[in-house]
Amino acid sequence: MISVNRKGEVWVFAEQHDGKLEDIGLELLGRARMLADNLGVKAAAVLIGDEIKALAEKICHYGADKVYVLENPLLEHYQANSYARVIYDLVHKYEPQIMIYGASPCGRDLAPRVASAARAGLTADCTDLQIGDHQNKDEVHKNLLLQIRPAFGGNIIATIINYDRWPQMATVREGVMPMLEPVASRRGQIIVEKVHVTHDDLPLEIISEQNRKKKVDLKASRIVVSGGAGVGSKENFRLIWDLANALGAAPGATRAAVDLGFIDHDHQVGQTGTTVRPSLYIAVGISGAIQHQAGMNSSQKIVAINNDPQAPIFDIAHYKIVGDLNEIVPKMIKAIKARV
Amino acid sequence: MTYNCIVPIKQVPDTKRITGEAMNDDGTVNRGALPAIFNPEDLNALELAMQIKDKFGGKVTAITMGLPAASAILRESLYRGADEAILITDKRCAASDTLATSYILSCAVKKLDYDIVLCGRQAIDGDTAQVGPQLAEKLSIPQITYVEELISLEDRTIVAKRNIGNGWQEVKCRLPVLLTVIGEANEPRVSVAKKLMKYKKARTPIEIEMQVKQDNAGANDNEVKQLAKRKMDDLQEKGLLIKQWDLDYLKADLQWCGRDGSPTKVHRIQSVVLTARESKMVEPTDQGVADMIHELIKDKTIS
Repeated sequence: MISVNRKGEVWVFAEQHDGKLEDIGLELLGRARMLADNLGVKAAAVLIGDEIKALAEKICHYGADKVYVLENPLLEHYQANSYARVIYDLVHKYEPQIMIYGASPCGRDLAPRVASAARAGLTADCTDLQIGDHQNKDEVHKNLLLQIRPAFGGNIIATIINYDRWPQMATVREGVMPMLEPVASRRGQIIVEKVHVTHDDLPLEIISEQNRKKKVDLKASRIVVSGGAGVGSKENFRLIWDLANALGAAPGATRAAVDLGFIDHDHQVGQTGTTVRPSLYIAVGISGAIQHQAGMNSSQKIVAINNDPQAPIFDIAHYKIVGDLNEIVPKMIKAIKARV
Repeated sequence: MTYNCIVPIKQVPDTKRITGEAMNDDGTVNRGALPAIFNPEDLNALELAMQIKDKFGGKVTAITMGLPAASAILRESLYRGADEAILITDKRCAASDTLATSYILSCAVKKLDYDIVLCGRQAIDGDTAQVGPQLAEKLSIPQITYVEELISLEDRTIVAKRNIGNGWQEVKCRLPVLLTVIGEANEPRVSVAKKLMKYKKARTPIEIEMQVKQDNAGANDNEVKQLAKRKMDDLQEKGLLIKQWDLDYLKADLQWCGRDGSPTKVHRIQSVVLTARESKMVEPTDQGVADMIHELIKDKTIS
C-alpha cells in the first residue's frame, strides 16, 4: 500500500486487446477527468501491451493528461500475474491517489490481484464515483473517492471509502459512465516506462482463444423491448420479438425470464446482465426488481406494461399501462404499423 | 497421481428473497430475516473438486470463514462428499472486507496440503468476485478465473477453459493453482443419502458449546465446559467433530484481519429509493395505446 498522497494523480487502466482499445477504458477516462479536475490533479491512463504506443494519442483525445505506456513483447497478451506486477510497480513509483478499472472480465481478474499485492482497498462494480468528505468521529477526511455501488443483490446502495491505505481503487461497470466526445486536437504527455518482465511472470500458457459474437447488441440499440417472467412462456415470448421487430429494437429480458429459459442470457438487462441507456425502454410483464432497474433506469423514456398496478416498475415508468400484456402488445404493434 | 483440493465456501443470505422486512431502520440488512444458503457458485466449485477426486483420487476439504451458523454449509459439503470440513470462526474476523478475508483464508489454506484451490467466482451477497484472485495472490499462486470446463489434468499440469464473456480461452498452467468456477461449469450433485445419515450429527465445537449452554440453563461455565468437552470427545471418536480454527491457531497477524485489516469502509448505506418521475397513465385500449405511440413518434423517440 501507499500512504495518503493528496498530490497523487487519478489513473485509469486502459484495457486493450490485440491492439484495440476497449470502450470501457475510454468511458472511465471521462469520469477520471472530472474527478481529477475536482481534486486539482492530472488524469492519467495506464496502457499495457506490446507495440501499442500508437493508442496513447487516442487516449488523450478522450481526456487523459498523461499516458503511461508499458510495452514489452511478453505483455502482448493479458495475464493477471504479469499485468498486476507491472501495475503494482508503477503504483509504487508514482503513488496515484485513485486508480479505476473496468468491471470487465479482464478488470475483475486483474484489479483484485493488484489490490492484494498493494494491500489497498478495492470496491467492485461501482455505478458511480464522486469526490466527497467522510466524517469518522471527530476526524474529517476530505476529498475522498466515494465509491458507489449496489449491494445485496441491488437492494441497497452502498458508498464505500478508503481513507488510509491508498491508492483508492474501484472497478466500474461497463456502460454506466458516458464517454467524452473525443477532441482530436487534445494532446497529452506520453511516458514510456521501462518494464522488466520475465517468463516467471507468465504462469499461464494461452492455448487457444475463441471469440463469440453476442446474439444481440443491447448497448447499441436506440430502443430496447424487454420481457419478464410475466410473459409466461418461451412461446409467448414471441410477443416481445414481434414488438421489437416492429420497432427495429433489440429484445431484452429480466434475469427471471432468462432463468426460466424464455431467452438467451445475452439478452439479459440488469445488474448481472447488460446496462442499457436507450431512448426508449419498453418493459413488458416486468415487476421491476431493483436488480433489473439498475440496468435500465437511465433510459430516456420508459414504458411499462403490467397487470399489477403495484408493480415497482411503474415507479420509474413515464408511460404506465395497467392491463393484460397479451392484449396490449398486439395493440402496440398495430398502432406502430399504422403509423410507419 | 492424486490431487488435494481445497474449496473455500461462503454462507450467504438468499438475496433473491429479500423483502422490506429484511431491512433494518438504519438501512442495513438484517441477515437473520433472510434464509441462509450455500453460495450457489461455491457449489459448482465443490462439484468440480468432487469430479477431480472421483477421477484421480485425493482429498477434498471445504473451508469457510463465518459465524457458527455457517457450520450448516460445512455439513452440506460433507453430505455431498467432501472428506473434511473446517470452520474459521473468531469475533476478530468481523467486518473483514475482501482483502482481510482473503488474508485470513490464506493463513488457513497454508496450513493444508493442496494442489488446487477451487472458489466460486462470486458470492451473491456482494457479487465482488474479488476473494478468489486476492487469495491466489496471497498464496503466491496463479489464478484461472471464470472456469467453465476442466479440460485435462496430467501430472502437475492443468488445462482449463475460461469463459471470458465475449468468448472462451483455453489455458494451461502448472500446479498449484487457484480456480474460480462459474455456474455454467456443472450441475452440482445432491446430497448422498448415506452421507447425510452419517454427517447430519456432525457438529463444530462452537455449536456444541451453544447447545450445551441451552440445554443446561442453570449450569456454571465450568460445568458447561466439561459437558461440552465430553460431547466433543464423543463426536471426535465417531469422526463427526468438524474442525474449528480461530485466528490464534492460524497465527494470523491481527493488523490484517477484521476491521483493522480492511481498507474499505462503509461511508453510507441507502435503501434504494425509487425516483418519482413525470408519468402518465395510458388506458389499455386501442385509442390509449395509439395515442402513446403517436406521442413517442412525434417527440422522435420512435423514428
